[in-house]
Amino acid sequence: MSAITMNSIDTERIRQDFPVLHRTVYGKPLVYLDNAATSHKPRSVIQALVDYYEGYNSNVHRGVHALSMEATDRFEEARAKVARFINAESPDEIIWTRNATEAINLVAHSWPRGNVGPGDEIVVTEMEHHSNLVPWQKVAADTGARLRYLPIGDDGTLDLSDVGSIINERTRLLSVVHSSNSLGAINPVKDLAARARAVGATVMVDGAQSVPHMPVDVRDIDCDFLALSGHKMLGPTGIGALYARRAVLEGMEPFLRGGEMVLAVTMEDATWNELPMKFEAGTPNIADAIGLGAAIDYLESIGMERVRQHEVELTSYALERFRELEEVDVFGPRDLSARGGVVSFHCSDLHPHDLGTFLDRQGIAVRTGHHCTMPVMTRLGVPATVRASFYVYNTEDEIDHLVDSLKEALRYFGHGP
Amino acid sequence: MGPSDLDELYDARILDHSRAPRHAERVDAPDAEASAVNPFCGDEAHVQLALDGGRITRIGIQSVGCSINRSSASMLSEAVSGRSRGEAGEVEGRFRRLMGGEALSAEESDSLGDLVALDAVRAFPVRIKCALLAWTALEEALEDAGGP
Repeated sequence: MSAITMNSIDTERIRQDFPVLHRTVYGKPLVYLDNAATSHKPRSVIQALVDYYEGYNSNVHRGVHALSMEATDRFEEARAKVARFINAESPDEIIWTRNATEAINLVAHSWPRGNVGPGDEIVVTEMEHHSNLVPWQKVAADTGARLRYLPIGDDGTLDLSDVGSIINERTRLLSVVHSSNSLGAINPVKDLAARARAVGATVMVDGAQSVPHMPVDVRDIDCDFLALSGHKMLGPTGIGALYARRAVLEGMEPFLRGGEMVLAVTMEDATWNELPMKFEAGTPNIADAIGLGAAIDYLESIGMERVRQHEVELTSYALERFRELEEVDVFGPRDLSARGGVVSFHCSDLHPHDLGTFLDRQGIAVRTGHHCTMPVMTRLGVPATVRASFYVYNTEDEIDHLVDSLKEALRYFGHGP
Repeated sequence: MGPSDLDELYDARILDHSRAPRHAERVDAPDAEASAVNPFCGDEAHVQLALDGGRITRIGIQSVGCSINRSSASMLSEAVSGRSRGEAGEVEGRFRRLMGGEALSAEESDSLGDLVALDAVRAFPVRIKCALLAWTALEEALEDAGGP
């Protein structure tokens, strides 16, 4: 154990709430360090899904019967929880999507018309997940706009030395990742948003890796859009959300068309429903939205400041212990205030997949690969990294197990003493 | 020390080929060539063939990635070097059957040389694609050469 033992949260008690953490893998206790890919679910979230299907399964917004009204109430309560969680002004500014990727694609599909044209510029960063890069490549190709990016500096943070020329009067949109899934860098989105607003640009934040791990306030950041993902924040898969400032949403065309999103339909024409339904065609993912609401209840019962503090402590401990591994290069910022609970690393000529397979057999789940950030791998000059990512239920003992197993792996592959 | 299936996966032959890949030098002005990339992990394999009368007289194979990909590529180069296109195609078919979990005859196993060490990969299903990447490049190179 380390000197840092002032756990701000009771991980022992929290771990009791997560059934899957009590299973074994190859006869060994599971050490789950792949939280940036997806998080586990507490019993209360799983129970919320069961309660919906067993107790009041019904379609929302169109029934006069008791079950439908109950389902509608719970579904809209969940929307209000998301709104409150990120401090949106109104639940009407929360649009359910399948995931953060769909939230970004919704904006890339519906927002550019009337807002982006030839000669305009869209700004992203070099550390975007593919989901906040590829949609903008298409928008640029379709509209004749130019896609620009803020580069990654040698210290693993954004290099802002040219920000004044990259965000300029031609910038129509800044879309930036809040917390990098492959480097762990937490970007100064509030400052960047202020720069973008000063030149009249619209601002989108990819919050898939920040909303689960720290307090996020869309009004404080002053962004127009924020994408989030349910399954990375203790919620079910298949549910995410787009926050969008009401004034911006009102000027946008619908994303998908069909039932629920219309007000009146004739054989020739249709008018659009109010926000947020205008952007939610078809029966939504009712159960998983309610499950995400339960996940937010769980996170709020801990408190997001404490979630963040716990991850800072774990990351600090991990970075300290990784210093024992001379052969291993750790990427990302050294400054813990600018770093999420992600430790991405590479070991000279030992390929991440070989390390990942070795760790897997010790019961340790880590991610190996490019983490859907190929440009970041190119920038780092590695084909892939191994990534350990932490959450509320991880412990220093688990990090000890990771580091000890890495030492064993290095000996096994002929690198260590 | 690791568990026994790990020891089989990282058998001495596999580690040897991955650390000192055979036929790694590029063949200049090849008669056929192809590349394969695994977009999920970024692994690569590049194959060049020099052919004489339908026979592989020289092979160059450069692989980037994990030890399973690198060793499979290196072993492939030994297994098909000097063979006709048809024979190389047969070796490929046998290796794919091995990875698919089929039992090979003693004679078929012998024809694979060190490649039989990769039988251990079958205990790690997500890694089978690593073992097959170079073979996808070879298959395309053989097609580039006019088919087996």
